[in-house]
Amino acid sequence: MPETTDILNALVLFGNFVFMPALSYGSQLALGALGVTLLFGILRFANFAHGDTMAFGAMVAVLVTWWLQSLGVSLGPLPTALLALPVAILATSLLVLLFDKYVYRYYRKQKSPPVMLAIVSVGVMFMTNAIVRFIIGPDDQRFSDGQKFLVRARDFKEATGLNEGIAIKTSSVITIVVTVVVVVALFWFLNRSKTGKAMRAFSDNEDLALLSGVNPDRIVLITWLITAALATIAGVLYGLDKSFKPFTYFQMLLPIFAAAIVGGIGQPVGAILGGYIIAFSELAVTYAYKKFFRYLLPEGSEPDSLVQLLSTDYKFAVSFIILVVVLLVRPTGIVKGKVI
Amino acid sequence: MKLKLTALASAALLASAIGSTAHAADEIKVGIILGFTGPIESLTPDMAAAAELAFKEASDSGKLLDGSTIAVERADSTCVDAAAATAAGERLISSENVAAIMGADCSGVTTALANNVAVPNGVVMISPSATSPALTTIEDNGFFFRTAPSDARQGQVLADILIARDIKEIAVTYTNNDYGKGLADSFGEAFAALGGEVAISAAHEDGKGDYSAEVGALSASGAPELAVFGYIDQGGRGIIQAALDSGAFERFIVADGMIGDSLAENVDGDLTGTFGTLPGNESDGAAKLTEMLTEAGAKGDGPFTAESYDAAALIVLAMQKGGSADRESIQANIMAVANEPGEKIFPGELAKALEILAEGGDVDYEGATTVKLDDVGETAGTYKELEIVDGKFDTVKIH
Repeated sequence: MPETTDILNALVLFGNFVFMPALSYGSQLALGALGVTLLFGILRFANFAHGDTMAFGAMVAVLVTWWLQSLGVSLGPLPTALLALPVAILATSLLVLLFDKYVYRYYRKQKSPPVMLAIVSVGVMFMTNAIVRFIIGPDDQRFSDGQKFLVRARDFKEATGLNEGIAIKTSSVITIVVTVVVVVALFWFLNRSKTGKAMRAFSDNEDLALLSGVNPDRIVLITWLITAALATIAGVLYGLDKSFKPFTYFQMLLPIFAAAIVGGIGQPVGAILGGYIIAFSELAVTYAYKKFFRYLLPEGSEPDSLVQLLSTDYKFAVSFIILVVVLLVRPTGIVKGKVI
Repeated sequence: MKLKLTALASAALLASAIGSTAHAADEIKVGIILGFTGPIESLTPDMAAAAELAFKEASDSGKLLDGSTIAVERADSTCVDAAAATAAGERLISSENVAAIMGADCSGVTTALANNVAVPNGVVMISPSATSPALTTIEDNGFFFRTAPSDARQGQVLADILIARDIKEIAVTYTNNDYGKGLADSFGEAFAALGGEVAISAAHEDGKGDYSAEVGALSASGAPELAVFGYIDQGGRGIIQAALDSGAFERFIVADGMIGDSLAENVDGDLTGTFGTLPGNESDGAAKLTEMLTEAGAKGDGPFTAESYDAAALIVLAMQKGGSADRESIQANIMAVANEPGEKIFPGELAKALEILAEGGDVDYEGATTVKLDDVGETAGTYKELEIVDGKFDTVKIH
């Protein structure tokens, strides 16, 4: 029987390398997947430009943050980027509305099939991508400031006397708190407000909603605004927590879509569930458990190998595998969504 | 105004036409092929400037082959595209008819150029920066040389340093390409031979946003220290940042791709105690070259500039030694001017060397990097051991 401290050590180790990172990464995915799923539910197409919309929003936040920093404005221990967030959301809203007006609307009026709109969104994705790189360049940009850690690994070790430490980053905590706030607000809006109800009605049965006097242009406008806000928040949080680099947002497209589909596309609850499932699987499957077992197993029976199911190179493959399995076994996703 | 300009232009044209006819007889064409576009485009202008400085020094001395001058023809190796590099090399050799080539830069394109263009055509190629161990064993018929040491040597030096510092177990992560893999392998072998243990050797991909999973696996190996063989602006820095954030490792062992003051500037956290190796030394020759380059308007201590100058100098001296700018003659004389016996030659002393050679004497070119070519035409090289003190890399020792 392992001693209590060993069990604690193993738990802290797991918490530091799997649980905490997965929780913040999962929140970022969930916010991204919410945007994709809303757009799919209401405008009825898979928006491939979502990842790059996130990059655009984050880019505006980076630029505004730099400007604020140059003015000496700061939030103390919190990152200045939070102040920049409203401006970034505004700018991103403007961008998606422009794209809607000059690109998507034409196809919507034509009653183009969803596949065509999805392909159109790929074009928009490349354009957004180019705009972002043109403005800020393809490289890493640093914009985080404030206090980086709530709890440092070294301080934790000293305070508890354990061998392992847990580091809690301010950005992770902000990510989780903001996600909870945004999700609660969104659900309140969709379930309680008149506009939210109209949106759900529109998503459920477009013709019936139109007959009941729902204004489709208004629904489209509000959907885009919410999507832009969600994308910007997700993008900024990801940038704060990890690093801002335009290309990484494009790479996030796969896990985000996997999250939306696994949860059940068109279902906000599913998107959140999916986000955490993908994040936890990615990290749990690629973590090497050697040290973890060393604490838990009796002496002499520790594993020699790393006890790693998949090399970290295959991180993205995990979301792909889950995606394929879900599509084969339960195409509607966990919370019954639309069948794609 | 317009008329004046046209007149000026035609006068200039005329002058250059006259100029070129006057010198055409003793103008020797030499190629510089470096990645002026691509992943190391920020380094190559200074490398080319260093090489051109050596060629200019020789031309200006008036002593090279009875007053010949060198005309440099630049070409783009792109660093990554072997096909484009091969085409550029073909152009230099066939249509520009160069006597020798200074280049190429990255290991991949250098291998392609040596195998497909330089060696089959019998043209000497001296690379200032290709460090892959694989280049040691290519079939080069004696036409390929390099003034940059092979990574096999860097792996050995790093292993020696670790053992000297009493580090016996280590986790290794490398950028997933020829450079990273080659260095990780040569380091692993050398370290094991000295009694050390590599607990895990894992590749990382560049350009990702988040490296916490990679760091998790590295730390799970139980090794107390982490060696990072990557790039300073890429995954290497991401790994270090993620390791510091999660408290997995506190100091790092790095190789040449990770050394630069921007590392400490761009990483949040304390890197004190992080150490690594970088080719180079702090000899008088190196200092002299830094001074000359700064004067010429290039970055004096930029990576691989010293190697570039030395590569160019070797070409010039080999011409003088053989008394001809003939391709074979250059090849036959490189070793003689690079190694003993003879008078030691340092940067800025090319005129003196050319004079000694013209009188039939011998020179031993030391240059800025203490050039000494072994039987396969490679320099063993010297390495600086650097350590971060107060947020900056300081040289601890020369190996």
